[in-house]
Amino acid sequence: MRIRRKRRIIRAVRKSRQLRCKQDHTGHIKPGHTLLVTTARNEAIRFPYFLQYYRDMGIDHFLVVDNDSTDGLMDLLRGMPDVSVWYTKGSYKAANFGVDWMNALKRKYAHGHWTLVVDPDEFFIYPFCDSRPIKALTDWLDSGSLRSFSAMLLDMYPKGRIDEFPYAAGQNPMDIASWFDAGNYSIKKNYEYGNLWIQGGPRARAFFVDKPYQAPALNKIPLVKWDRHYAYVSSTHALLPRGLNRVYEEWGGEKASGMLLHTKFLNTFPVKAQEELARKQHYGDSVEYEAYAATLQRNPDLWCKWSERYINWRQLEILGLMSKGNWA
Amino acid sequence: MTLGVIMLVHEALHRATEVARHWTASGCPVVIHVDASVPRKTYRSFREALAQDPLITFSARHKCEWGMWGLVAAAQSASELMLERFPDVRHVYLSSGSCLPLRPVAELKDYLDARPRTDFIESATTADVPWTVGGLDAERFTLRFPFSWKKHRFLFDRYVKFQRRIGMKRRIPNGLVPHMGSQWWCLTRQTLSAILQDPERPAYDAYFQKVWIPDESYFQSLARLYSTDIESRSLTLSKFDYQGKPHIFYDDHLQLLRRSDCFVARKIWPGADRLYSAFLKPETAERRTAEPNPTKIDRLFAKAVERRTIGRPGLYMQSRFLHHSWENGVTSAPYSVFQGFAELFEDFEPWLARATGCQVHGHLFAPKRAEFASGQHILNGALTDNAALRDNNPRAFLTNLIWNTRGERQCFQYGPGDKQGNNWLMAKDSNAQISVISGAWAVPLFKSNLNFADIRKEAAKLQKIESEFLDVLRSPWAKARVRIWTMAEFIEAPMEPLQSVVDEIRIRSPHRLTEAPRMTDLTGFGKFLQNLKNQGMHPYLMGDFSVTPDDPDSSNLPRRPYLVQ
Repeated sequence: MRIRRKRRIIRAVRKSRQLRCKQDHTGHIKPGHTLLVTTARNEAIRFPYFLQYYRDMGIDHFLVVDNDSTDGLMDLLRGMPDVSVWYTKGSYKAANFGVDWMNALKRKYAHGHWTLVVDPDEFFIYPFCDSRPIKALTDWLDSGSLRSFSAMLLDMYPKGRIDEFPYAAGQNPMDIASWFDAGNYSIKKNYEYGNLWIQGGPRARAFFVDKPYQAPALNKIPLVKWDRHYAYVSSTHALLPRGLNRVYEEWGGEKASGMLLHTKFLNTFPVKAQEELARKQHYGDSVEYEAYAATLQRNPDLWCKWSERYINWRQLEILGLMSKGNWA
Repeated sequence: MTLGVIMLVHEALHRATEVARHWTASGCPVVIHVDASVPRKTYRSFREALAQDPLITFSARHKCEWGMWGLVAAAQSASELMLERFPDVRHVYLSSGSCLPLRPVAELKDYLDARPRTDFIESATTADVPWTVGGLDAERFTLRFPFSWKKHRFLFDRYVKFQRRIGMKRRIPNGLVPHMGSQWWCLTRQTLSAILQDPERPAYDAYFQKVWIPDESYFQSLARLYSTDIESRSLTLSKFDYQGKPHIFYDDHLQLLRRSDCFVARKIWPGADRLYSAFLKPETAERRTAEPNPTKIDRLFAKAVERRTIGRPGLYMQSRFLHHSWENGVTSAPYSVFQGFAELFEDFEPWLARATGCQVHGHLFAPKRAEFASGQHILNGALTDNAALRDNNPRAFLTNLIWNTRGERQCFQYGPGDKQGNNWLMAKDSNAQISVISGAWAVPLFKSNLNFADIRKEAAKLQKIESEFLDVLRSPWAKARVRIWTMAEFIEAPMEPLQSVVDEIRIRSPHRLTEAPRMTDLTGFGKFLQNLKNQGMHPYLMGDFSVTPDDPDSSNLPRRPYLVQ
């Protein structure tokens, strides 16, 4: 595992040569700041709300990898003092789906910082996020000598056809995609890396009924007190060293955990699915996108009678999707 | 006569500044001890910020590390300075930089004036209370702890082991009975000066320097020697979790803290702006004399600890995935499994739903799809009836179903024709009520229109599967409430077993069953079984059926159900 971890890091350093810095405000990063790292490709429409959401949460600096966007992302981010941008034309797939780029950036800038790694369509929720900033969470994790924090991906969808409600920049995507599946998740343990492997949700039941084994993984560990010797292995599902994946309790109680609200299913999605399918730059030769494209043509309504409408983190905690653990 | 406050400060100095000013605004002198590991520059600016205030002094700095002597040394030197510099101080209150006064200082003063000779210090002998976390209780006082637990864990553990092996026992200085308690105390001048000026103090200090976590035992033990009136509780509200880590207060605890009527609370998160601004307001003339009452806060934190150590039974999630047989409840609620009933009775499912008011499913683990109640395709929690998704993780399917439908009891049919992935899970689950009529799988075959060779093959297969399931149910690890009847046994007196099963489901409103489910016509079943036997396939799980039609007079003896617990 040590060798694997080193290989990841070497890869990351090698792939980092593909990154060209477009806007460097990393001088503003002070000790104790909380950072956010993301990779975006043609998702400028999501950024105004994304930035606002995480600024309100208390993120101090954003490190953005722009993977060859053509929709004016750079114009949007230019001049923001808390945003640094790197541009690359490199292959998303060859960079281990962006992980290598982000590992490299974190190695350089995030050492010793609590760092959140999310996609532009993912919104982090943690216990008490409506009354306590993220610094309260990271201070609490520090006081318990915890280095990583789990947040399962929760796929959000609208009621009705996905293309029915147009999304406008700056709008809260959860206003459109406000429904989710509450209790159809399958959990297994991945003994290789010691992380949990969670599948299920609307994507499994709508797109993967014939091949449930291939349904996308929903387990994520997006918040880590980064050290330059750490590395994500695949997306943010698993890390090395493996101790960081121990975000779950095995002998009795519940550890604290959060949620990533995943607002992929907006009206922007069918177009994106077609595009990604053509590019073949996603995991497992984009089987996921093939499944989407096939189903989307038929009836892209993920809503069902038992869908739950999102209210707040307390609702998710009562449903047993996340937990306060011993944080009170 | 007044109150003096000692503050031990090591981080969030800007908050300590605010709190110190709040104390002095009410005329309380403050002695501040700043941890020696705070950088000099930070210390200097902190000191300068408070230099204007004549009531604030700074004591000699010690290096304070958790569990080590430094914290006691800091409290000692600050106390000495307080007693010497401010002669009209009667009570000395030890607090930290993350403590926050919740009630007006005047109320605290009134409270202490009414109890002028009382020492508020939590102090209990180790033999009597199981507070300590980590297993070292009495041994704190009989072993030596020269190594830091935080920095040199390895040496710490090794040295403890070594001392245990050689049977090391330290002598406790004369007359001292070790006591422990919260390190945040409020002592009278008399008691405190007696402790500090004791001629034996060097001996005590030498002893406690090698005790583990001396700040929880030094003053607590010595106060017992001198105090005339100990009130064994701390005036500071301070709660610890199961790892001995203090719980932290945030903005959203504001109302809770207000209503607690405690004088001082710790530990406050430095970023809790609302708490600081709400409790450090200039004081009004209004005074109350309420006793501190932190029960609500106690309950909140006790629940948090319970959640972390025990958790919600039957919940499987991203941060709770327990080892098998460590689940503390395999599932979250009771449910019932019926094997052979739907085969024997034509209208069993609707009848059961009427008789019990439960949600009654068909065969949830049927090979084609999960037969949810009343033909639904999707159930609570957006659980689908898709067989592939279910069979990808049958354990998750069943535990999810029970979790999602909390509050409504679930019943479902099971049988040897179903997927058998959850046999052990159900058998080991004390929430499961499993009732089996063994051999009833033969009834559909008997009614079917298949070739007899196929029937024979199918019967052999089903019998094998059912017999394996029965072995699981009869194993010593089975915790479920299991009832097994042979079919012959059951049809002799069907109402009695049905009544006992239904009674167990309807604990709250037991009454006699008024309506029986309709049993299918079994004429010729005995002959059918004999044909199977003649073909060399020996069906035994259904019990003995005679080849000729039953004589109604010969079978009216009621039999007891076979009960396994």
